[in-house]
Amino acid sequence: MSTRMVEVRAKVLKQNDLLARTLRERFRTEGTCVVGLVSSPGSGKTAFLEKLLGGLARDSRVAALVGDLATENDAARLRRATPNVRQITTGTICHLDAQMVEKALESWRLDRIDFLFIENVGNLVCPSSYDLGEELRFVLLSATEGEDKPLKYPTIFNSSDVAIITKMDLAEAAEFDVVAARRNIESVRPGMQVFEVSSKTGSGMQAVFDLLHAQLARARQSRVALTL
Amino acid sequence: MHELSIAISMIDQITEESERRGGLDVEAVHLKLGIFSGVDKDALQFAYELACEGSVLEGSRLVIETVPLVIYCADCKKDRLPPSVYQLSCPECGSPGQKIVTGREIEVSFLEIAA
Repeated sequence: MSTRMVEVRAKVLKQNDLLARTLRERFRTEGTCVVGLVSSPGSGKTAFLEKLLGGLARDSRVAALVGDLATENDAARLRRATPNVRQITTGTICHLDAQMVEKALESWRLDRIDFLFIENVGNLVCPSSYDLGEELRFVLLSATEGEDKPLKYPTIFNSSDVAIITKMDLAEAAEFDVVAARRNIESVRPGMQVFEVSSKTGSGMQAVFDLLHAQLARARQSRVALTL
Repeated sequence: MHELSIAISMIDQITEESERRGGLDVEAVHLKLGIFSGVDKDALQFAYELACEGSVLEGSRLVIETVPLVIYCADCKKDRLPPSVYQLSCPECGSPGQKIVTGREIEVSFLEIAA
């Protein structure tokens, strides 16, 4: 039996990419600085986010979406810092997608939010394929995980904008080689900005706050340009 | 394992394409899959078969073409194959490659249709 070829040339995640683009435009128009957080389970995303929300809430309006397969535990923890927290429970799905984010944002006034954080499901593989419309993506690596995580999961490190090394207070006990970790990050994502923090002691957090404030200022500036 | 989600997105997309063209008898789907896409080839192959059951694509084959990781070397001003997926540097001059040219694709290229 003969066959014929039909050319298609379609990106499989086109729907997600289009929706993510719409979300990104919406965030820009409303002047909200949106940051995604990805990491393996247990690397300290929620503790880091607690610190971020707590610190930023002093002079900014903050909100967070947190993704997990099950439970509302993370949302409950983060609500100590701000009431604007929504949990996305994905059931069996190992990543967030743009549609879940859009749905979770329903009825929120973005123009009244300065910083929105989207904490992905703990997973270093699947989230790398899905754009959520965020302006910046932070990938977290904890000092207790080992220096070679970036080499083992190059795609997620490469598709992120900033690397955060967490649990630095445990670095010595875990014999974590921070120089090697930085070298490995540079190998998979040349030029990537790296921050070393401890959510427990608060060390290194100020530099992250500064980065976020600068990012917000830029977002606000481009919004002025948009409305002019 | 998000390959099942990817397979379902793919099937939805092809079903739409088929309807738009008045119903196609698809024998094979050709997919370009970058090695830096975060999608595993074998897992996708497996998920595809499962996801096709009960759809218009049931019984069709998935043919995956692997696309290598290519970076652009700003110093050599050339596209280069890095030494590995975890070392994004130019194999000639060693400069870090900040721009990815290919390797992230998850793209249906064409369909084989029974004539």
